[in-house]
Amino acid sequence: MSDKTHHIVPYRTYGLILVLLLCLTGISVAVTQIELTRWAMLVALLLASTKSAIVLAIFMHLKFDQLVYKVMAIFVVLVVLAVFVLTFFDYGFR
Amino acid sequence: MPEPLLHHDEHRDDEASKLGIWLFIFTELLFFGGLFVTYAVYRYAHREAFHLAAQELDVVVGTINTVILLISSMTIAMATTSIQKKDKRTTLILIWITLLLALVFLVNKYFEWSGKIGHGIWPGSPLLEELGRGDTLFFGLYFFMTGLHALHIIIGMVIIVVVLVRVQKDRITFDNFQLLENGGLYWHLVDLIWIFLFPLFYLIT
Repeated sequence: MSDKTHHIVPYRTYGLILVLLLCLTGISVAVTQIELTRWAMLVALLLASTKSAIVLAIFMHLKFDQLVYKVMAIFVVLVVLAVFVLTFFDYGFR
Repeated sequence: MPEPLLHHDEHRDDEASKLGIWLFIFTELLFFGGLFVTYAVYRYAHREAFHLAAQELDVVVGTINTVILLISSMTIAMATTSIQKKDKRTTLILIWITLLLALVFLVNKYFEWSGKIGHGIWPGSPLLEELGRGDTLFFGLYFFMTGLHALHIIIGMVIIVVVLVRVQKDRITFDNFQLLENGGLYWHLVDLIWIFLFPLFYLIT
């Protein structure tokens, strides 16, 4: 039955994850407000990717779900990345 | 493990239900992914204008809305824990908090947009035509992407209200809470999109 896949996540875990996400948000605001030009963009996007990975893994339970969901999620991320790379192969060399 | 209380007339497949919402989430991610590609290309083509235009946006309001969405994501996730612990009261409180935070987000968005419109910035406004193509593209994408995101917030709120009513009426219970989980998954998607919108529009200037 459905019970075997349902892992009850403790409140504490969610609370800690929220604190972590808020810290990452704080860091990305701080980094971009200090003028670091080139690096700021990269750091902000890396932090956003980290935050979304945490949301997907814990809040959206991917970590506790069956493998098929993880595989599909990774596939979708790769598709989006591939579109980015291919687009900039075009625009980057014009 | 106690036997789940299933009736003869009940047709349920929680796993298929979850798979369905995930497939929908993937189409949404690809949809917004396409918009992010558009943003990246135009930013690449109009670096200077995007740089200056982004400074128009209020980092404080953006940060507050980010914090609001992160907290609401946590409360709806906690609701899936409390329902499994058969704690209906806590579940209802958590869903109510999520709903109120969503409302606060929209109120902030309303003031933010009306501020922009008050300054003569809206899609196709005469001021933008004067400022040139780069600004037109930046604010066009800003209104379209944050507007589409706000529409997702509104849809999410409708879903959360349905979940709230069903928890209240004991239609969603400790052994039948897939709708709550699916609604939560949709809400996290809204959060996920904002996690990228926030740095791209408000932070990177």
